[in-house]
Amino acid sequence: MNAISTAQTATPPHPISPAYAPGAARPRAPLSQIEARDVSAWFGMHKVLERVSLAMPGGKVTALIGPSGCGKSTFLRILNRMHELVPSASLAGQVLLDGADIYDRSRKVQEARRHIGMVFQKPNPFPAMSIYDNVVAGLKLTGVRASRDAKDGIVEGSLRRAGLWKEVKDRLREPGGSLSGGQQQRLCIARSLAVTPRVLLMDEPCSALDPTSTRVIEETMTELKQDVTIVIVTHNMQQAQRVSQQCAFFLAEQGTPGVIVEYGDTDAMFAEPQDPRTADYVHGRFG
Amino acid sequence: MTPGGSGMAGGGGSHSAGAGRGADRGRGRANDGRGAGAGRGATGGGGATGGGGATSGSRAEVRAGIVGDRKRNLAAGRSRSDHVFRLGAHTTGVLVLAIMTLVGLFLALRGSEAIRTAGWSFLTEEDWEPNSLRFGIAAVLFGTLTVALIAILVALPLALGTATYISEYAPAGMKRLLVGIVDLMAAIPSVVYGLWGMFWLEGAILPVAQWISTYFGWIPIFAVPNFDAANPLATPTVFTASAFLAGLVVAMMVAPIAASIMREVFAQAPEGEREGALALGSTKWGMIRSVVYPFGMGGILGGTMLGLGRALGETIAVYLVISPVFVIQPHILATGTNSISSLIALRYGEASSFELSALMAAGLVLFGITMLVNFGAGIIIQRSRSGAAS
Repeated sequence: MNAISTAQTATPPHPISPAYAPGAARPRAPLSQIEARDVSAWFGMHKVLERVSLAMPGGKVTALIGPSGCGKSTFLRILNRMHELVPSASLAGQVLLDGADIYDRSRKVQEARRHIGMVFQKPNPFPAMSIYDNVVAGLKLTGVRASRDAKDGIVEGSLRRAGLWKEVKDRLREPGGSLSGGQQQRLCIARSLAVTPRVLLMDEPCSALDPTSTRVIEETMTELKQDVTIVIVTHNMQQAQRVSQQCAFFLAEQGTPGVIVEYGDTDAMFAEPQDPRTADYVHGRFG
Repeated sequence: MTPGGSGMAGGGGSHSAGAGRGADRGRGRANDGRGAGAGRGATGGGGATGGGGATSGSRAEVRAGIVGDRKRNLAAGRSRSDHVFRLGAHTTGVLVLAIMTLVGLFLALRGSEAIRTAGWSFLTEEDWEPNSLRFGIAAVLFGTLTVALIAILVALPLALGTATYISEYAPAGMKRLLVGIVDLMAAIPSVVYGLWGMFWLEGAILPVAQWISTYFGWIPIFAVPNFDAANPLATPTVFTASAFLAGLVVAMMVAPIAASIMREVFAQAPEGEREGALALGSTKWGMIRSVVYPFGMGGILGGTMLGLGRALGETIAVYLVISPVFVIQPHILATGTNSISSLIALRYGEASSFELSALMAAGLVLFGITMLVNFGAGIIIQRSRSGAAS
């Protein structure tokens, strides 16, 4: 019923990306794991999450699914300390990034957000900044100084990884607001990648996009999971199946706070859900 | 501009509801002649979308007996209430324009005698002796601009800081309180500020003025003639009733207006962009600098310009604190400055009919400058609103 803490199944074969091999050379050392322990959350007096624990290992995409209002977006925002931006919000529990609590009082909130990037539901590039400046905005905002050449490299690298380079390489000086919705979302992904986060959180990144853009972003995610831990909130069951290897089903029943009903390997969860509520949801009987 | 916009909206409405409105349509057509001027501009846009659009449009065309690529009259289907409202809106709009024009014309007419007499020297002469035909607004205009500029330079950082604090940092209760206080500050009559400036601020500001002049006197505008910084017994009276003091008093009146406009624009900065910046690891200040200020740039400029407009025209507060001189006074800390509006307030009571004409001419110049500044502010605010939307 309650959350399944640190219930990691053995690394499953990767159905989407056969090229991926766990031992293959990666740009960086072992990928980060982010883990929530007994996380509860409130908005004012209203409790929206009840002691949720979940480990999101590196090298995989973890999908958070569930009907609207089940607290999955709140949970995601707790993972990089965006939850506390809401004035009435409070929370309990721990979020461990590679074993260290990001809510520890000795750690800066900006530090946590820099290491744990976020892509939002609605593309939110800085519309007046150029595409180039959008990508390096995070460097400027976090006070990282880089030479012109280094910046050029970061811009190209980030845009390539976000699958946007080919489309914008000749118009890096145009404002970010001039791009289409799907391009803007990939620009936001590039912007997040430019500060080399250890984890990338995505809050329904494709819900405002057309199917073609969605496909491109899903491909991007599949590529990216090799060098950054990805957690995605999605309403789209097919998308969860396509992109994720781990899956957690959130549910808030009749005024009770949200909990994780079931967690585990995506394929297994969609093929043989253990909980009848999960079965109902993944087979589209409610939600 | 406005009629075009409303014509478009009306046209859109008639398109969807057109079928059920046969009667209205006929009546609307009778009014074509009247609506055409306003409607035509809109018809281009409306016609273009209709042309590319659905089959219902072409069916209506067949029924109306129109064949081919002719632009449709979209103003035809308006209802009676819409017409009445349009008429009312038109009337008030035109009325405002008419009043503005009449004020300008009145000033020009009444001032024309003095302007004809003085010619271009009206703009270059410092003295104000209309009865001996030696008069011009060089000194008062310079004083007006000096006081306004000092006011803006002081008010801008004050307003920016206030607006930033209210919109970004203040807790909810504090925010309500501060918004109320700032709006109240904007509503306090200027004569009150004038009294405050005359009886309290002047005494309090003398040491400040003396300090600035002592240490920054090498900058020409901060130098004060007849003031010897080395003399410990130097009297501070050379600093009284200065442009600096008048500027400070006016700044207190301008800052709340500017702060109010800035706060409103800052509050509209999109939540998505704010969160985007914070999610990258930005500090709050970094987020404000990279998201809120660029978004609110129009509000900052527009608020400042509106404040400038007010500062240029401020009369009674300036009148109370300055001691009028009719020379160009570039030393802003030294006694004596002047402004067009306080000149008018000072002189019109005992003016001869010719001097009155000269005052009208001075008023015309002020009217023109203020209008330019306000139009500039309007354009800046408008442009940035449309450009900042994401």
